[in-house]
Amino acid sequence: MPVSSKTISPENPRIRFEYRRLRRALSPFYLFYSFALKKAALFFIIKNLGEDRNELNEFLEFQGISKQFGTIQAVENVSLQIKKGEFFSLLGPSGCGKTTMLRLAAGLENPDAGRILLDGEDITDLPANKRKVNTIFQSYALFPHMTVWDNIAFGLHIAKKPKNEVESEVEKMLRLIRMTDQAQKKPGLLSGGQKQRVAIARALINKPQVLLLDEPLAALDLKLRQRMQIELDMIHDQVGITFLYVTHDQGEAMSLSDRIAVMDSGRIEQVGTPAEIYEAPRTSFVAAFIGDTNFLEGEITDLVDNEYCRLKIAGISGIISFNDKSIRPGNPVFLSIRPEKIHITRDRPEESTLRNIFPAVVEDVIYLGSTTKYWARAEGHRIQILRQHSRFFLDEKPIRWNDQVWIWWHGDDSFMLERYREVDEGLIAVPPQKVGEPDGNNERNNETA
Amino acid sequence: MKAEARQKIKEWLLSLPSLFWLCLFFVLPTLFVFAIAFRPSNPYGGISAGWTLDNLRHLADPSYLVVAWRTFWISVLTTVICIFLAVPAGYYLARVSSRWRNFFLMLIIIPFWTNFLIRVFAWKSLLHPEGLVKRLLVFLGLAGPQTSLLYNPGAVVLVSVYTFLPFTILPLYAAAEKFDFDLLDAARDLGARPFQAFWKIFLPGIRSGLITAVLFVLIPSLGSYVIPDIVGGTTSEMIGNKIAQRVFADRNLPQASILSVVLILLVLAPLVAVLVLQRRRGKPEAIL
Repeated sequence: MPVSSKTISPENPRIRFEYRRLRRALSPFYLFYSFALKKAALFFIIKNLGEDRNELNEFLEFQGISKQFGTIQAVENVSLQIKKGEFFSLLGPSGCGKTTMLRLAAGLENPDAGRILLDGEDITDLPANKRKVNTIFQSYALFPHMTVWDNIAFGLHIAKKPKNEVESEVEKMLRLIRMTDQAQKKPGLLSGGQKQRVAIARALINKPQVLLLDEPLAALDLKLRQRMQIELDMIHDQVGITFLYVTHDQGEAMSLSDRIAVMDSGRIEQVGTPAEIYEAPRTSFVAAFIGDTNFLEGEITDLVDNEYCRLKIAGISGIISFNDKSIRPGNPVFLSIRPEKIHITRDRPEESTLRNIFPAVVEDVIYLGSTTKYWARAEGHRIQILRQHSRFFLDEKPIRWNDQVWIWWHGDDSFMLERYREVDEGLIAVPPQKVGEPDGNNERNNETA
Repeated sequence: MKAEARQKIKEWLLSLPSLFWLCLFFVLPTLFVFAIAFRPSNPYGGISAGWTLDNLRHLADPSYLVVAWRTFWISVLTTVICIFLAVPAGYYLARVSSRWRNFFLMLIIIPFWTNFLIRVFAWKSLLHPEGLVKRLLVFLGLAGPQTSLLYNPGAVVLVSVYTFLPFTILPLYAAAEKFDFDLLDAARDLGARPFQAFWKIFLPGIRSGLITAVLFVLIPSLGSYVIPDIVGGTTSEMIGNKIAQRVFADRNLPQASILSVVLILLVLAPLVAVLVLQRRRGKPEAIL
């Protein structure tokens, strides 16, 4: 199978992730046939990867790109490979460098260092007007003195295409965006959604190899944004062009993308599919930026067979976790567990070797309708739990403030971080501490509040 | 509609003082000028009673045609040169950082603090046959000792451009500042070369600024009198000079008036043209 050795090593997080998924599915048989099953699982994963030929088809590539604006380092030594035809998102907070990356790809900025390759060709020194990429700007940048028709036809007019070709292409585009009857309007008379569709048509008509989108849905209201997300998805499926999408909205990135690159302060934190990013984040930034999570700092006390380990976290020993990073005992580690993976009950749950069970007191409750967020204090730690109400809420006696409860999670569902920074905890919105509660977390949570 | 009517009345009342002032000090004198144009002149320098079309016939004098043509081409040339210089200046000012921008704006506005007449006289001494500029040109070999920089239409154009340039830069800068420069990025992204983007996207984008700038140069230039008088000499007389000559030297008010009428109509023509064009586009936009 033509798969390079680089991709099938156990260190590849993608392999680990697939492996975990498969292993979980086969768990009843696992204890007896663990060795054979592990080998079989690896075989199936490799087979699937081999079939997925696009794995190694780098279409748009950034190699060691750096860009500085005055004293600010916008992008620092970033390397990225985007596959042909995929919907790839750059996700990160404001100022993380994602828009700069887009402008570098478009040719509107020149990198201080590094190369940019498109379909194998080095386009770093190619000016913007010669690159086969087109951009959709956040403000759409439609030419206000031209009609919709002229806006869409602009690229073809510049390329001096013959008149009948221009006409037929523009008509085709107008049909694609369903605005045939508004072709003679000026952009000033269009709504936000219509302007965006014209911007998309204006870009796509030039048949670019990559379409660059700079937070195109940021200016729209919620309902329209949801509709436009679906439209973008449809257009991507129909047209098949590679999309490079920049956004700070994680929901958008997760729902639209094939793969996401999470960026912070000019660096790439992690690249992966939405599920990989969410379920197996490598750093505290990725874990906290996407969704919510709980951080627990501890030390590995011992290993339990090859899969699990026990940790000691601030006075609690015996916490079991899947050892996905193969860390040795005696090493410090940051454990991260997402709120929806933790269960909260009034009655003591069944004991099990793979369950971590603690008594707790509920400190805060936020009711969200389909779910409720709880903050409970267990052994001195403040843990966030997300619970879905799968039955009529008031039939079960709701859990209220100051209730004594049991929280537990399965050892499989926690993950270990390669890097933890305390400042990333500030990304999670937490209700402030009650006054007079003695706790080491006090200052941190007050800062978030 | 009572509220609407009351609103209208309030607006009229607020405008009344300005309208009164305009009528008394502007409309009325202009009507007087129109009236005097059709009265016979008195040999002692006054206006006689009665009405006559003599002054109108007097206009047929071929020398007036020369003067009118000269006025026209000097004004148009001044306008073209000013726009040519001011558009890049406005573009640059709108893009540069605010510290530099304030500095350059200061440089443009400071000359206004000096009296206009004095500035024109300064040019007169600069362009003097024994002045600095002439000596520099002779030194560089670009001019012979006999060429005169002063007292020709060229000098008029030069000093006019100098005078009216700030009036073109400022409206163009104002329009360029409101221009969304992302549009130029979009044009480049779609394949346009920088000059194409400038011509197809930037210039149409600052259209209102361009119109304002042109009017701010063309109209005053058509009526200019001081500049051709001081640096133009006898070879570069414009309509303004002729009117002044009729009033001060010939003491012939009616002839001066008829020339003024012609000038007023000449000046009104571009304004009316712009208004008509605006109306036709359906936008009752203010020009200024």
